[in-house]
Amino acid sequence: MSAVAELCAATRIYPMGGTEVRALDGIDLRFEAGSYTAIMGASGSGKSTMLNILGCLDRLTTGRYLLGGRDVSVLDDDDLSAERNRRLGFVFQAYNLIPHLTVLENIEVPMEYAGVAPSQARERSVALASRMGLQGRFDHRPTELSGGQQQRVAIARSLANDPMVLLADEPTGNLDSRTGKEILAVLEELNTQGRTLIVVTHDAHVAAHADRTVVMLDGRIQRVEERA
Amino acid sequence: MTTRRLFSLAWKSLWLHRLRSLLTVLGIVFGVASVVAMLAIGEGASEEAQDQFRRLGTRNLLLASVKPPLSEEAGESASRVLRYGLLRKDLVGIRATIPGIRRAVARRDIPVQARFGEREIATVLMGTTAEYAEVANLRLLSGRFLMPSDDHAHKAVCVLGDAVARKLFRAVDPVGQEIRAGTDYFRVVGMLAERGEGTGGTAGLGGESDNAIFIPMGTMQERHGDNIRHVTSGSRSYENVQLHRITVEAASEDESSIAQVGGALRAFVESRHPKGDVRITVPQELIRQAKESKRIFTVVLACIAAISLLVGGIGIMNIMLATVVERTREIGVRRALGARRANIVSQFLAETVLLSVTGGLIGLAFGVLAPLAFTYLSGVRTVITPFSLGLAFSISALVGVVFGLYPAARAAGLDPVEALRRE
Repeated sequence: MSAVAELCAATRIYPMGGTEVRALDGIDLRFEAGSYTAIMGASGSGKSTMLNILGCLDRLTTGRYLLGGRDVSVLDDDDLSAERNRRLGFVFQAYNLIPHLTVLENIEVPMEYAGVAPSQARERSVALASRMGLQGRFDHRPTELSGGQQQRVAIARSLANDPMVLLADEPTGNLDSRTGKEILAVLEELNTQGRTLIVVTHDAHVAAHADRTVVMLDGRIQRVEERA
Repeated sequence: MTTRRLFSLAWKSLWLHRLRSLLTVLGIVFGVASVVAMLAIGEGASEEAQDQFRRLGTRNLLLASVKPPLSEEAGESASRVLRYGLLRKDLVGIRATIPGIRRAVARRDIPVQARFGEREIATVLMGTTAEYAEVANLRLLSGRFLMPSDDHAHKAVCVLGDAVARKLFRAVDPVGQEIRAGTDYFRVVGMLAERGEGTGGTAGLGGESDNAIFIPMGTMQERHGDNIRHVTSGSRSYENVQLHRITVEAASEDESSIAQVGGALRAFVESRHPKGDVRITVPQELIRQAKESKRIFTVVLACIAAISLLVGGIGIMNIMLATVVERTREIGVRRALGARRANIVSQFLAETVLLSVTGGLIGLAFGVLAPLAFTYLSGVRTVITPFSLGLAFSISALVGVVFGLYPAARAAGLDPVEALRRE
């Protein structure tokens, strides 16, 4: 299998009041195409920084990050935005839908930035929302939806530009266990359809669904557990 | 993203906070409205003044006799004849010595009671010659104006100003009738169209022809001599004024030749009337002064407008900065979904521009209505020029861009990671 994303000697150092915090400290990690990885660790272990780096929201201090074979650690802000837009899909713990936009409009946001024609974007957002079981909710605003429905909208939005990699940050953290399971099932299904899935969580039940669990500690990989 | 989509999104977001948006743009609304309204009033006043001066004739220069201040004469006998003003030899002198003039026409005014049948009114007899009608731009309603032959033969004929004709004759056609003016009778040969210069006007600047009776200069000379009797509250006084007015028409209308004639006339008057009993008025200079004072007014106004729009702009900027803080999370999300900094800048800039342009449009509406209401209520002339509308509107749009840039740049400069973490 080929690597969709790969960190090589990845280090991220934050200056903090005269001292340095090594949030990532020489990480080497490969994500194969179509793999399902959970990243775990206590707070401060570096898992959020890892997610930000993988999501092209932050840049490495040293080392390289290859996304789809391309070294993105040398890209400027605009190119990083394009990478996020085309190759990555984000699912957040707090859903992060834009409150004054409807379900369909929220799903269309990444397509607008990709320059997709409005009529085409509408077609696709309707298809994605239907696929997420949001029929009859197209023109609702986020506040009119349940948590599970909001997260489904967020997942539909993450799929808008058909990304290679889905990044989920505690996707079930704000949901009850039953809805959480539904959301995990949706994500898992997307993974079986070939999308690379990376889930950051502190919940062992969530991590149990992944093929592989990477446990972080103090900016380093403590251990990697492969599921048989 | 298309510009249209950008603005429709901006509108949506502003509509979400209607009251706040409205309050935010009030500064721009008042700024734009006051610019348009004040320019309209200024322009109206200026045009009014220019018209008034233009009616005097743009190629004319006016010399008027001015009664000297009484203080010098105060102690002297009231029966003494007060002698001042333009002389007949001045007219001859002007015609002979001032270059660049086409003609010079004299006028002499005597206050009288005029009477026809039962009706009697106070009016002014104006002795003049045939050319006066052309020089003073008088229009005939019927009959004819005075002719050179009237003057030579000292004929007892007269031409009535519009107000005089209407007051003395109600139903009768005045032409052909005889009226009494003072102690003499005159046959009416013509009547003038209304000029409507207004009653006030600038003293000595015309505006009298409506209420005058024109008779030949020669006839006036023969009947009245050079002394004019004034009866005021029982005491009587005499004035000796040969001519009240000389209207000089320059050969050319262009500014420099008018200025030359004006200079020559001033030198002439200064040497012959050092006591200051003759005043020179040059309508073209007055028009220029009116334009100049309008220019100054416009500059002052522009400063006031700039200040008020500056204040309005700061108000908008203030709210937009608050909005950026409020929507930090949204900015982070949009950045994560692929928005470039330029996308964020245009999103917030679109909102600011939309705010200020909407404010500008509302301001324009008020700015157009205010002068109309002002004219309706006070009768003062106002003129709304397309220039003022364009100016006010483009300034308001500019304010949106200028004061929107900083908040938009702040929004775009946010670190996506930080912005996403913010509650």
